[in-house]
Amino acid sequence: MLNNLTAHEAHSLLASKKISSVELTEAVFAQIEKTENKLKAYVTLTKDEALKRAKAADNNGNFTGLAGIPIAIKDNMCTKGILTTCSSKILANYLPPYDATIVEKLAAAGAAPIGKTNLDEFAMGSSTENSGFHTTHNPWDLNTVPGGSSGGSAAAVASGECILALGSDTGGSIRQPASFCGVVGLKPTYGRVSRYGLVAFASSLDQIGPLAKDVTDSAWLMNVLAGYDPKDSTSVDIPVPDYRMALVNDVKKFRIGLISDLMGKGTDEAVKAAIKDAARKLESLGAIVEEVSLPTFEYAVPTYYLIAPAEASSNLARFDGVKFGHRSSDAPDLLTMYYNTRREGFGAEVKRRIMLGTYALSAGYYDAYYLKALKVRTLIKQDFEKAFKHFDVLISPTAPSPAFKIGEKAADPLSMYLSDIATIPVNLAGLPAISLPCGFSGGLPIGLQIIGEAFAEEKLLQVAYTYEQNTEWHKRRPTL
Amino acid sequence: MKIDVEAVAKLARLGLSPEEKKLFGEQLSRILDHADTLKKLNTDKVEPTSHAIPMKNVLREDKVIPCANVDDILLNAPQAEEHMFKVPRIVE
Amino acid sequence: MKYETIIGLEIHAQLLTESKMFCACSTKFGAKPNTNICPVCTGQPGVLPVMNQKAIELAIKTALALNCKIEKSSVFARKNYFYPDLPKDFQISQYELPLATLGHLDIVVEGKKKRIGITRVHLEEDAGKLVHKGAARIMGATESLVDYNRTGVPLMEIVSEPDLRSPAEAKAFMETLQHLLQFIGVCDAKMEEGSLRCDANISLRPAGEQKFGTKTEVKNMNSFKAVFKALKAEEKRHEEVLSEGGKINQETRFFDDITEQTIGMRSKEYAHDYRYFPEPDLVPIEPSADWLAKIKNTSGELPEAKRDRFLNEYKLPEADAEVLLATPALTAYFEECLKLYDHPKTIANWLMGDLTAYLKTNNLAIEQINLTPAQLVEMLQMIDKGTISGKLAKTILVEALKSGKTIKDIVAEQGLTQISDEGEIKNIIDEVIEKNPKQVGEFRSGKDAVVMFLVGQVMKLSKGRAKPDAVQKLLRQKLGQ
Ligand SMILES: [Mg+2]
Ligand SMILES: [Zn+2]
Repeated sequence: MLNNLTAHEAHSLLASKKISSVELTEAVFAQIEKTENKLKAYVTLTKDEALKRAKAADNNGNFTGLAGIPIAIKDNMCTKGILTTCSSKILANYLPPYDATIVEKLAAAGAAPIGKTNLDEFAMGSSTENSGFHTTHNPWDLNTVPGGSSGGSAAAVASGECILALGSDTGGSIRQPASFCGVVGLKPTYGRVSRYGLVAFASSLDQIGPLAKDVTDSAWLMNVLAGYDPKDSTSVDIPVPDYRMALVNDVKKFRIGLISDLMGKGTDEAVKAAIKDAARKLESLGAIVEEVSLPTFEYAVPTYYLIAPAEASSNLARFDGVKFGHRSSDAPDLLTMYYNTRREGFGAEVKRRIMLGTYALSAGYYDAYYLKALKVRTLIKQDFEKAFKHFDVLISPTAPSPAFKIGEKAADPLSMYLSDIATIPVNLAGLPAISLPCGFSGGLPIGLQIIGEAFAEEKLLQVAYTYEQNTEWHKRRPTL
Repeated sequence: MKIDVEAVAKLARLGLSPEEKKLFGEQLSRILDHADTLKKLNTDKVEPTSHAIPMKNVLREDKVIPCANVDDILLNAPQAEEHMFKVPRIVE
Repeated sequence: MKYETIIGLEIHAQLLTESKMFCACSTKFGAKPNTNICPVCTGQPGVLPVMNQKAIELAIKTALALNCKIEKSSVFARKNYFYPDLPKDFQISQYELPLATLGHLDIVVEGKKKRIGITRVHLEEDAGKLVHKGAARIMGATESLVDYNRTGVPLMEIVSEPDLRSPAEAKAFMETLQHLLQFIGVCDAKMEEGSLRCDANISLRPAGEQKFGTKTEVKNMNSFKAVFKALKAEEKRHEEVLSEGGKINQETRFFDDITEQTIGMRSKEYAHDYRYFPEPDLVPIEPSADWLAKIKNTSGELPEAKRDRFLNEYKLPEADAEVLLATPALTAYFEECLKLYDHPKTIANWLMGDLTAYLKTNNLAIEQINLTPAQLVEMLQMIDKGTISGKLAKTILVEALKSGKTIKDIVAEQGLTQISDEGEIKNIIDEVIEKNPKQVGEFRSGKDAVVMFLVGQVMKLSKGRAKPDAVQKLLRQKLGQ
């Protein structure tokens, strides 16, 4: 089936005119037709738009890069005139007046955007259960979550409901769903990809990145996404390499640190075993693997859930019923309008985080919570810097367990937060990291996380590519 | 940690049901108790990190570029009148 | 008991940029509602701010003129509060780390110079405008409309130390500051139009006491006069309350310019808690030495230094310096003239005399006239060369200002050059002698004063183009003296 192709495979067929972009796009929509009622990966489908772009790509005939490739976009990235909801009732009717920079870049590359994928409301969550519309299911086991918050994108890639997808990662929201769905997810260095048009959750942590069927596709998509954007003051103005050049099957002499702090009692035995196997595999390929401890890791989760909600409480203030989105019909005066609009529009997790963040910033608590967290963030960053003096990359499980059951953690927000222990420190330090499949447990995928220094995406890709080329995990597909 | 849920909800302009107030009060206390583990770390001499990747002076030239989509912006207004966004009576 | 008044001011000045603080929308006023808006300044989901370089430079320029220390690193913060004129429901401002601190501005009150401390200068964005329906003000309105044209216009906030000791000093401070801002060209600083706004903190304490009394904040003062009147009224109110043994509530009060009293605004249900934190979407401002030097170079000479130069180098009387420095445009005009014509006092006389009179009668500003400094100087040089008379020049100047024609054209068109040809004057003298036999007779019979009448007749016939002293000399010769 064409929809199960990787982007680079599809590209070869398009370039040699063996298939057309319209055929490819139709195959993807045929799959959506077949499986979407079980998966619920999308919030909005844009078939007409996708076919229009596919036709344009076919007519153009010059298939370079991602031209003619159907791609899914997480629904927290603004698409002009196309519903952008953040899976929130408060934005259920929002038609952005502008395109996100990455959406412009995809258009310039000739890709065909096929729809907007489901997420935890405003990207707040690790299971996609917090969507204001519906829960997305894991294609490997429909009773389990796909991870989150980019659960819709990960599930769509894994099931062939798209060729490639975009996710966003604030505390693990690309890597953890990639791990749960058995696909490759890359969170770039903070500032590598423009955030302009990404509806902000926690501005100092958010970063857009690819979700793909293999490492090669991740590199291809990075080639389109990466780069300075004058509209984003935090995007970094340094040259963008051709990430495809990093796809080299060789890790000889690579110094790899296995993070021991993430291999303890909080992590499933099956996951530990898979990671140890992966470490041995890399060793057998010529890498030097040693254990390393990053002692501040245990503080990363509380640091994160003070910083991220604080920023979020401010970022989400604008959803007030004045300029866009939902406004309560019960609005006799301004104050009541604010209260009712936000009560009706936001789900429980969003409210919880707004409350937490408001509290952490409020008078009398700022120093004890928010400022303290910013200082611990410095220590976490320094821990990484120390580790990177000895190692080229660090590895760990992406998540302490495979996908959990729908509803299993919904009642206990703290345990849900703690399950992001492996991914959160990376965002706090602004580093790049990739998750790729490295095993299965009970029919569910396990993810290997590889972390690099700032702007060392090429090293990540090289290690990931080498591992992938010497294993078979990435070739498995769920049957639906 | 006991939290004045009412006051925080007011600051955040969040209307909460009595059940939500109770639930969030409990959950936030638990989370903040957990956050107290940060107190174990001495950070007296540590600078805060607001940006993971340090940068400075990112500026734009003072140049006007008129926006082409002004009407699309107004189209999203829940209520508009005379090309303005309409809000209900303001009582302080 | 005698009380001492303590006043500190918080000033907001709109910076003269083309585009807004964080987006590329125009800052022009008077546009149709919500036309100078874009996704960024209306707080659409996903947008990001980018700092306007010019706004930062203008604020630094001001801070330097206020003798401030420019901070090595300054940071924008979010000031969080909900209000419909604030599309993001937070204002991007500066808080813990402002652009500049610790400056001063000298003011003169009743002939005495006084130094007023400047606590800080920082940058922020303006809010939008609310139009209330059903009532003129927010009170009683049934609903309100929001116009975001002004949202995001760059504002500079200047905070003074509580060094002012009277409403008169506060007014003088505002006037001096206005002059400075206009002079260095960072703000047009018109209080009536809102491009310069001022809030005041005022408290009273028993004379000799060190501890400050409870302060109130006074808002809505829309002119220098209002600043003075509002603070006078509030000062009096404090004094009355205190002298009756009462207590001042710390509150915000609104100046009503009709009753000329301050009115307490209803106290808020709960205290403001702005939850400031560093704006994660912007990076710090860290001006390099080079950048600062460049900005300093564009500042030019400050009013005080100019005044010294006018008095000492050009030897102008103090009153002249005062007038020439009153408006930056006039100062600039004067200095332009001076570059071409090295007679400061002559230029000053013309600018302060005929030119100012013309502007006054016609209700014009010097920026609105066509006459360039070079042309004015050309006219002065014509006088020096004797091409035209000083008296004629006055008429020519008015003509030039009215018609927009050049001095040269007017002189040429009307044949106004002075007659230096003796033959031509002699012809006119002959004509006058012929027409005025009576006066000629009187003169000849010894009435010497009559000569001035005859000179006047010659001048009239020559349309003022003859030189009066030459006429008199030739006339006396002709009449045999
Ligand atoms: Mg201010
Ligand atoms: Zn704008």
